Amino acid sequence: MQRIQDKLQNNKKLLSIYFTAGYPSLEDTVPILESLQENGVDMVEIGLPFSDPLADGPTIQASGTQALKNGMTTTLLFEQLKDIRKTVSIPLIIMGYFNPVLQYGVENFCKKCQEIGIDGLILPDLPLAEYKEHYKPIFEKYGLSNTFLITPQTSEERIKQLDNASDGFIYMVSSASVTGSQSGFGNAQMDYFTRIKNMNLNNPQIVGFGISNTETFKAATTHAKGAIIGSAFIKILTEKGLNGISDFVKSIR
Amino acid sequence: MNYNVNEKGYYGEFGGAYIPEMLYPNVEELRQQYLEIMASPEFQEEFQDLLREYVGRPTPLYFAKRLSEKYNTKIYLKREDLCHTGAHKVNNTIGQILMAQRLGKKRIIAETGAGQHGVATATVCALMGLECIVYMGAIDIERQAPNVARMKMLGATVVPATSGSKTLKDATNEAIRDWINNPTDTHYIIGSVVGPHPYPDMVARFQSVISEEITIQLEEKEGRTNPDFVVACVGGGSNAAGAYYHFLNKPEVGIIAVEAAGKGIHTGESAATSALGKTGIIHGSKTLLMQTDDGQITEPYSISAGLDYPGVGPMHAHLFTSGRGEFISVTDEKAMTAGLELSKLEGIIPAIETSHALAIFETRKFKKDDVVVVNLSGRGDKDLNTYIAYFNL
Ligand SMILES: Cc1ncc(COP(=O)(O)O)c(C=O)c1O
Repeated sequence: MQRIQDKLQNNKKLLSIYFTAGYPSLEDTVPILESLQENGVDMVEIGLPFSDPLADGPTIQASGTQALKNGMTTTLLFEQLKDIRKTVSIPLIIMGYFNPVLQYGVENFCKKCQEIGIDGLILPDLPLAEYKEHYKPIFEKYGLSNTFLITPQTSEERIKQLDNASDGFIYMVSSASVTGSQSGFGNAQMDYFTRIKNMNLNNPQIVGFGISNTETFKAATTHAKGAIIGSAFIKILTEKGLNGISDFVKSIR
Repeated sequence: MNYNVNEKGYYGEFGGAYIPEMLYPNVEELRQQYLEIMASPEFQEEFQDLLREYVGRPTPLYFAKRLSEKYNTKIYLKREDLCHTGAHKVNNTIGQILMAQRLGKKRIIAETGAGQHGVATATVCALMGLECIVYMGAIDIERQAPNVARMKMLGATVVPATSGSKTLKDATNEAIRDWINNPTDTHYIIGSVVGPHPYPDMVARFQSVISEEITIQLEEKEGRTNPDFVVACVGGGSNAAGAYYHFLNKPEVGIIAVEAAGKGIHTGESAATSALGKTGIIHGSKTLLMQTDDGQITEPYSISAGLDYPGVGPMHAHLFTSGRGEFISVTDEKAMTAGLELSKLEGIIPAIETSHALAIFETRKFKKDDVVVVNLSGRGDKDLNTYIAYFNL
C-alpha cells in the first residue's frame, strides 16, 4: 500500500497499465511487468482472468478467455509473482472479479498478496456495503488498499461514501460503458472530470476506460492524477507481442 | 425461519447485489421503487387486467386422473402451458414491462436461452410499442430457430452473444453489458429469479400469481388451500418460485424442486446445481453455482435449454441449504420418457423443462391421498424437434 501512497505523492501525472495475466502466453506475466517498469510505467493493474467478466468489453474479455485456455489460475498467478519484488518495485494491484477471490478464500487471498508484495486490489463487483461489513478489516490486516469505481452516473452522496471507504485512489470510469468502448472524450466527459475534481475528495482520482493514446491520456489527466490504459495495451500485445510494449508506452507521453 | 427475501436483499446467506458500480444507479433505482410501484392500485389494476385478458389467467388447476391412477396419488397440474406464448415466463414480462413504463424507460433488453423468455419479452414490447433487444447465445440461436423467428416477427432485434461459451450465461453477460452502456433509458427484463437484488424478489412476486391461484382453486376442488406437495422444475427458478411462493412459510406444504441431471450428475454433462454447485457469485447474486475450484463458472448441460443454467436463484439456494426444499435431479432420458407419458395419458405435450418435474413420480412415491400439485410450466410445441429426434417420431 505504501508504494501506492508514495507514487500518489509524486507530482507528475501517473500512467498505469492494465493487462490480463497469462496473456498472450501463460508465462508472459513477469516479463510484461518487468518491461512496463523498464519503460517508465508508474503502476500496474494485473488482471486476474474470469470466465464471466461482465464489466469488460470484447478486447479484455477475449484476453481473459485466452488466458484461461492457456491455463491461468489464481494459484499459478501467485506462483509466477512470488519473486516479483526482486525485480519490480512499482506499485502492483490485482484487478479481478470477486468470485475467484471468494473461492480462494478472501483472507488467504489477501495474505498471499501481502507475502508477494501486492499493494492493493480492485474488485469491481465487490459492493461497498459488503466490503465495509465483512472485508475491510481483512484488507487492512494485510496492508492492501481497496479501490472503488465511480462513474458519471454516481451520485455525489455515494461518491463521498466510496471516497471514505477507499484508501489510495478512486478509479474514475470515464463514461457509462464497459472497458474499451471509447474513441475520445467529449465535453460531457470533461465536465464530469472537472465536477469530480471540484469535489476535493480525500483520494486522488485515476481515470480508466477509453484511454488509448496520448490525446486521451492528456485529456484525462488534465483534471485527474493519472490514467489507466487497458484494452489499447492488450491490443498491442495481441498485434505485436511483448516487443510492442516499449514503443507503445513511449507513444503515450 | 423466513424463506422470503430480507430487508438487505438476502435469502439466508444468498442474494445481495454484487454488481459493478456502473450498474449501481439502475439497480438502486429499481430497488427503491419496485415495491411501491407494485403496490399501487393503478399498477395492480393494469397488471391483473392484462393477466386476465391477454395472458388468459387464471390458468386451470387440472386434476390429472389417469396420471394419478398410475402413480396412486392425487396429482393436479397447474396449467401454465396455457398462458399466452406457452409458458409461465409471460407473467414476469407483463409485470416488468409495466414496471419499465413507470420508471420512464424507453428501451427494453433481455437475455434468453431457449427463447421462451425472449419471446415473452418481445411479446410485451410489441404490446406496449417499446424497442426490444434480446441477447441470445450464438449456439442457442442455431438450436432454437423457431423462437428466433418468433421474436423477429414480434419486432425484436436478436443479438447473438459470441463471447465465452455462447449460451445463456454469456447472453446474460451481454445483456448486462448493454445495460452498463445504456444507463438511463433502458430497463433490463431478467427472465428468472436470478441477478442482483431486487430482481429475484421482483420476479418471484410477479410469478406468485401461480401459487395464489393454486390456493383458491384447491379450496374449490379439495376444500383446502394447501397441497401436501408442490413440485416444479428449476432452471433459474422462476416457475418454481411462483408455484412455491404462498407456501414458503407453511412447513406443512412440502416443496420439491427438480433439476436437470443431464446425462447423469457425475458425467460432466449436467445442470444439477444443488448437487454440483458451490456458493459463489453469478450475474450479481451470491448463490449456488457450478464452477471450477478456481472460481471460473462452468458450462452446464441439459437436453432442455431452459434448465441449462449454471446457477439457481438465491431463494432456491436457501431452500436447498436450509433443508426446506427437497431437491431431486432427473436425467434427460427420464424427463423425455415422462414427457411422452403425459402426452399419452393426459393429452398434454409438456415443455421438456416441465417433463423433468413430471419424471419424479417414477421414483418419488407419495401417499394415496396426498395432494401433489405439479407446475406445468410450459407446453412442448417449442420442443417438437427434440422430441422427434429423440423418439424417432
Ligand atoms: C417451460 C419452461 N419451464 C421452465 C423454465 C426454466 O426457467 P425457470 O426455472 O426460471 O422457471 C423455462 C425456461 O426457459 C421454460 O421455458
